[in-house]
Amino acid sequence: MKEGNFLTTTVESLLGWARKYSLFQYPFVTACCGMEYMAAAASHFDIDRFGAGLTRFTPRQADVLFVVGTISHKLAPVLRKVYDQMTEPKWVVAFGTCTITGGIYDNYAAVQGIDAIIPVDIYIPGCPPRPETILDGLMKLQKKIQREKQKWSLMK
Amino acid sequence: MVLDEIREKYDLKKLATADGIPTYYCPADFVAKLSKELKEDFKVLLDITAVDYMGRKEKRFEIVYLFLSITQKIRLRIKLEIEEGQKVPTISHLWGNANWLEREIYDMFGIEFKGHPDLRRILLYPEFKGHPLRKDYPIKKSQPRIKFLRPERK
Repeated sequence: MKEGNFLTTTVESLLGWARKYSLFQYPFVTACCGMEYMAAAASHFDIDRFGAGLTRFTPRQADVLFVVGTISHKLAPVLRKVYDQMTEPKWVVAFGTCTITGGIYDNYAAVQGIDAIIPVDIYIPGCPPRPETILDGLMKLQKKIQREKQKWSLMK
Repeated sequence: MVLDEIREKYDLKKLATADGIPTYYCPADFVAKLSKELKEDFKVLLDITAVDYMGRKEKRFEIVYLFLSITQKIRLRIKLEIEEGQKVPTISHLWGNANWLEREIYDMFGIEFKGHPDLRRILLYPEFKGHPLRKDYPIKKSQPRIKFLRPERK
């Protein structure tokens, strides 16, 4: 940029831009989808290119909750608690068919879609999803974060 | 061979199986009665499981034990036919892993084991009502532990 030139932006989109490229994720991995998640996080597909390379293994430091794998009714209170522990702003990604609808586990044990427990922002379908699908879902989440309107009123 | 001795002593009839594992139907307290004798040779308990034959006039459940003898390199399958509500003697004092296997059967089928040190649910949560692997348990009936944001998908 030459001297004297300048860019204008709104605080809102600046915040969105900053947030979407520094996603700290909490992977809530319960099943085989975790393998595909690892593939997406490892060097070949490299989720770090999207600024989402740092996984935090405590929900208190995370922005995005990746729910990867089947959630059983026994586990449902745990997932709710993990979600409640995350600080705002927070987003949730439902990863894989089992997480989205219960998948093939249509029985007494599995929750038929985690959006019954916690609000979900992005659904990544597939059994399991390919790493490309995961990256696509991540980019969709980034788009959503960029567009997000901020609440300027004082919180609570 | 201990297996032959047991077979002759108790006059067990062999059941035809596809996998070639010697299989016997036995009286309900058979394993408990024989457990010490069996344990001498069949030191490994591979699995205990149960089958629900709902609709059968009597002896609704079957318990299936699968033993392994390392010295003889053979397996042994023993089946017990039991009524609904009938208690089966535990073998957890001899084969330690039977403790959890019996708890799983109790959890899934509601079959109780006499003399078990700690018979409670192992996989499901304590507030769960009923036993899901029984054939009369509704196939899609779920019992959520927390209040859901929306009704579950059907």
